[in-house]
Amino acid sequence: MEKGAVLEMRGICKYFPGVRALEGVDFTLREGEIHALMGENGAGKSTLIKVLTGVYPKDGGTINLAGHDHPVNIRSPQEAQNSGIATVYQEITLCPNLTVAENMYIGRTKGNLTNWKKINADAARLLDELGIPAMAQQQLGSCSIAVQQMVAIARAVDMDCKVLILDEPTSSLDEQEVEKLFRLMRDLKQKGVGIIFVTHFLEQVYEVCDRITVLRDGMLVGEYIIEDLPRVQLVSKMLGKDFDDMADIKSESDTDNIDYNGTPVYEAKDLTGTTGIKPFDFEIHKGEVNGFTGLLGSGRSECVRAIFGADKTAGGTVKINGKNVKINKPLDAMKNGISYLPEDRKLDGIVGDLSVRDNIILALQVMKGFFRPFTKAQAEAFADEYIKLLSIKTASSDTPVKSLSGGNQQKVILARWLLANPVYLILDEPTRGIDIGTKVEIQKLVLKLAAEGKSVTFISSEIDEMIRTCSRLIVMRDGKVVGELKGDDLNQNKIMATIAGGESK
Amino acid sequence: MTESQKQLQPKKSAKGFFGKLIQNQLFIPIAALLILVIFNLIADPSFFKISLDESSEGFLVLSGYLITIIDNASELAILAIGMTLVTAASGGQDISVGSTIAIAGSVVLRVLCGTDSRPDQMKAPIIVAFIVCVLVSALFGAFNGMLVAYFKIQPMVATLILFTAGRSIAAWINNNELPIISDPSFGYYGNFIPGIPLPTPVFIAAVCMIVIALVLKFTNLRLYAQSVGINPSSSRLNGINPQVIKFLTFVILGICVAVAGFIKVSRLSTINYSVVAKDIEMDVILAVALGGNALSGGKFNMTASILGAYVIQFLTTTLFKFKVNSAAISAYKAVVVIILVVLSAPIVRNKLIELKNKISRSKANTQVGKEGV
Amino acid sequence: MFTVNTDTRSKKLKNRVALTDTNLLLFITIAVFVVMYLCAIIFLGKGFTKPQAFFNILNENASLIILSCGMSLVMICGGIDISVGQVTALVCMACAVHLDFQGGNIYTSMLIALGIGLAFGLVQGFLVAYLEIQPFIVTLAGLFFAKGMTTIINASQFNVENEQFKALKATEVTVPLMGSYNKAGDFIPAYVEVGVLVAVFVVIALFCTLRWTKLGRNFYAVGGNNQSANMLGINVKFTKFMAHLICGLCAGIGGYVYFMHVGSGSPSHASGAEMNAIASSIIGGTMLTGGVGNIAGTFFGVLSLSTIKNIVASLGLDEAWWTNITVAAMLCIFLLVQSVILARKNSKKK
Repeated sequence: MEKGAVLEMRGICKYFPGVRALEGVDFTLREGEIHALMGENGAGKSTLIKVLTGVYPKDGGTINLAGHDHPVNIRSPQEAQNSGIATVYQEITLCPNLTVAENMYIGRTKGNLTNWKKINADAARLLDELGIPAMAQQQLGSCSIAVQQMVAIARAVDMDCKVLILDEPTSSLDEQEVEKLFRLMRDLKQKGVGIIFVTHFLEQVYEVCDRITVLRDGMLVGEYIIEDLPRVQLVSKMLGKDFDDMADIKSESDTDNIDYNGTPVYEAKDLTGTTGIKPFDFEIHKGEVNGFTGLLGSGRSECVRAIFGADKTAGGTVKINGKNVKINKPLDAMKNGISYLPEDRKLDGIVGDLSVRDNIILALQVMKGFFRPFTKAQAEAFADEYIKLLSIKTASSDTPVKSLSGGNQQKVILARWLLANPVYLILDEPTRGIDIGTKVEIQKLVLKLAAEGKSVTFISSEIDEMIRTCSRLIVMRDGKVVGELKGDDLNQNKIMATIAGGESK
Repeated sequence: MTESQKQLQPKKSAKGFFGKLIQNQLFIPIAALLILVIFNLIADPSFFKISLDESSEGFLVLSGYLITIIDNASELAILAIGMTLVTAASGGQDISVGSTIAIAGSVVLRVLCGTDSRPDQMKAPIIVAFIVCVLVSALFGAFNGMLVAYFKIQPMVATLILFTAGRSIAAWINNNELPIISDPSFGYYGNFIPGIPLPTPVFIAAVCMIVIALVLKFTNLRLYAQSVGINPSSSRLNGINPQVIKFLTFVILGICVAVAGFIKVSRLSTINYSVVAKDIEMDVILAVALGGNALSGGKFNMTASILGAYVIQFLTTTLFKFKVNSAAISAYKAVVVIILVVLSAPIVRNKLIELKNKISRSKANTQVGKEGV
Repeated sequence: MFTVNTDTRSKKLKNRVALTDTNLLLFITIAVFVVMYLCAIIFLGKGFTKPQAFFNILNENASLIILSCGMSLVMICGGIDISVGQVTALVCMACAVHLDFQGGNIYTSMLIALGIGLAFGLVQGFLVAYLEIQPFIVTLAGLFFAKGMTTIINASQFNVENEQFKALKATEVTVPLMGSYNKAGDFIPAYVEVGVLVAVFVVIALFCTLRWTKLGRNFYAVGGNNQSANMLGINVKFTKFMAHLICGLCAGIGGYVYFMHVGSGSPSHASGAEMNAIASSIIGGTMLTGGVGNIAGTFFGVLSLSTIKNIVASLGLDEAWWTNITVAAMLCIFLLVQSVILARKNSKKK
């Protein structure tokens, strides 16, 4: 092991069915440093952390911990805790039905009895020290998400740990709370604790971190000292384009024939979501491809979900082809010719056990109505047509969709929405986690659809994809629309600068 | 080798005729049926004897164990239809069917008898009684459906309410009297129609099966129920309202209960509130499970469920024939259930596949080793 | 938000502290019981004022209390066990046969009862926790099996004639300082059966387990969110296994207490007891989604359930029918209350 290192991971591999989550990733954490782990969505940050803490078994590689002569094998979160690794996970992994104090001490106290007096007193002291506005005996579920997150942090901090992992702990905290957390982190750093810090807020990385490791697509991009890596370069490393090489790729689409002065296909004014985004205006014209961009958590998905009625909206007016409409639920949007390919393919997209055929016809079938099912021959014809059109690789149209590869699953959902023949198609991360060939196919398809006169909103974490396909980009940060780029502004440098905010070159 | 490749391997090896056979959902119920048939053939071939005898009313009827099975399994098969849908859409089971059968039967008698518990003639046409019974049962189904779909209570617990109260409500409907209908025409539906040698419930069950087959063919019930059961979030984004579908399946089960309850009272022309259809819910759930349908919801095979119902009745009748006490039968059923669920548990399956891979790999390794030598 | 005056803040927080879900539901349960019992005393007259009336409720329901405690435990842990009623019947029958036909004594019969409970707990716990099969299906099979075995051991009801056992069954423990005067003016002390003492012991033991032991708190954590519990370093499988094991043991003990109360073996004993136990737990404030509940609540749940049965009986309504309907109505109300609480909590999170 390297001198001064508290943790060394070498060649870590992790595979999920059909997905390579981590491939030969190295990571070294030194004593008394704050080490940022960066990467876009799906880059493998959380997976790496879950491998380290024993939530997932690793498929390859070694983990060395200071104080152990041999590589350690961590099989459960309990073992991780015992070896001095404390973790605050991205999702709040506490029990809402227990009290704050209990959540801080359960699973890590010695002895078989719970000494309520002691844990309540200890918890109260710790809460006080950290200025967390909660009572020790209060039920955790009655606290705000931010307080719950602080409690999780307090629990991890209180452990006598050598490695502290903070997986996006700041996403629900306000500025003062973040400030408090940073003070805490610096204190621990003084005491020699190694801290792994995962976040998507660039400012925070530059404020507290000493070193950055960047992951992309489950692979290691590199480890950098913070001073050597300016902010814009970091963004380019995360997105997979060298900043200097970025030639401006002009959009291939022919944008001349879009009538920007005509009635928009879809127009929203002051559309207010209930999922933490600020009210926004949005419009899209016939034959236009536009996109929402911004880092993960900036609210780009929440915006399109509000447009489709997937989440409840709290206000605003929506016009389709100039006519006022109400979109309260997905079916309303579908009947108005809007289609939506969701961000989370597994959770919101595919109906896993159903056949490819049923998955393809699902949306059109629902629009057609409960009492008017397609005949088997019709369904078969639709399925065959789109399997051929999108060249979906499947044994037959009867195969359960969950047994297909990620890219082909995505094509099935695309087929579903193309079959519904929408006028306005929303694609949220259609290219995530699929192979490069399919990615290109999907982008070409988007341009072809636009040429046919459909309107498309395209969201992707990969900026060059967006540049290639979109003629207008709406940039978001922290749930707010912070800019709109089109024409000559549509280049990587400008976009990254707008996303990063402030430090534009 | 990636995980996906690893996963594909056992599937490939499972192909071929036998593999396909095992993967078919009808395999388990048919295999169980075959085992029972063979067992009976060896133990006592007279089990399969069917004779044409003269009934007490003076016409020819078929009799024999096989006829008993298809007769007695009718209610079970009808209920299995509704239970399969409920299971698919809500991922839970309705344990109140026995109690609501008591209610349905009680309603029929109440309408036919009026306030008189021993009427000389029926006070209303049978069809009216039947329609009222269907409406009431559908209402109780709707009550369960409401608790499950809109209040998000687990199906088993939500139906615990009617499970507890059902038989009491049934008794209350008839002021805790046991009405008896003397008109023989009422008994036609649970026994024989004069001149027809097969018991009527068999025909009623057949009609129900045809109806559900038509419903599944001419509506999207199958697609909707399966989608909701597999992935409610995705179903919602495709415009399906998961709550309505769950609610609907409970109403359908309510209608099935009405038909089954009608047959039950017609068999005896009277009702015993605390005994009628006792423990039938357990048999119905077992039928659904035996049909290879996941009790946690999702894809279903209606044919397999119905077949499962007949297999269970076959098992029950076989045990009866061998003079096993009716209550002791449940011990045998328990063993069947345990074997089924343990074999179908994902963990066990994965372990078995791993074991199989290990064996085939070690075989391959030894072969390589030999070649090396 | 940190500049808020700390006094008002802590006051606000204190209000919230009193209202953890478990405490809120426990409070409702106790209130319902007290109100119900007071109503019974006021409107239904003297029968309910005698201490013995209250102790008779305990005598009648000692076994149900024990079964419900086990059930609550499993439900807190996020599962369910519907086999307890039939296990009770099996225990009664096995012990009865052992005492009368095999010449056993009461101590060996107690061991048999515990053994049966333990066996059911072990097998069901293993299937649920380590093979991850749905608890409802596993315990349904357990119910079937126990039912069948009861009949296989002996198909008909008979009373136990073993003298030692009869003496145990007839033992009455006087409650100090409680009692009432009969018409002649003699003081008749109130008494409880031995089973009640066992039940009280079980209630206290489980209450303490849930409140103060690590295992007990782990039940709550696993029931609250088993993935989080895993991340917090709790052995989820073992915890689930223990919940079913303890529930099985409770079924064994409860079965023996039932046996002491009725003094006979019969296949129809305690039929439907599992549903009564579930109903008591729910009325006692145990959330069926897991993570919330209290053994004290369950105790009062059983008392509420039987008080309402007694009230219905003394109203002159035909008991068997009306009690079931009342119980179901109560169950329905409590379920809806829980559902609403849950919905409110979820909406708050968003």
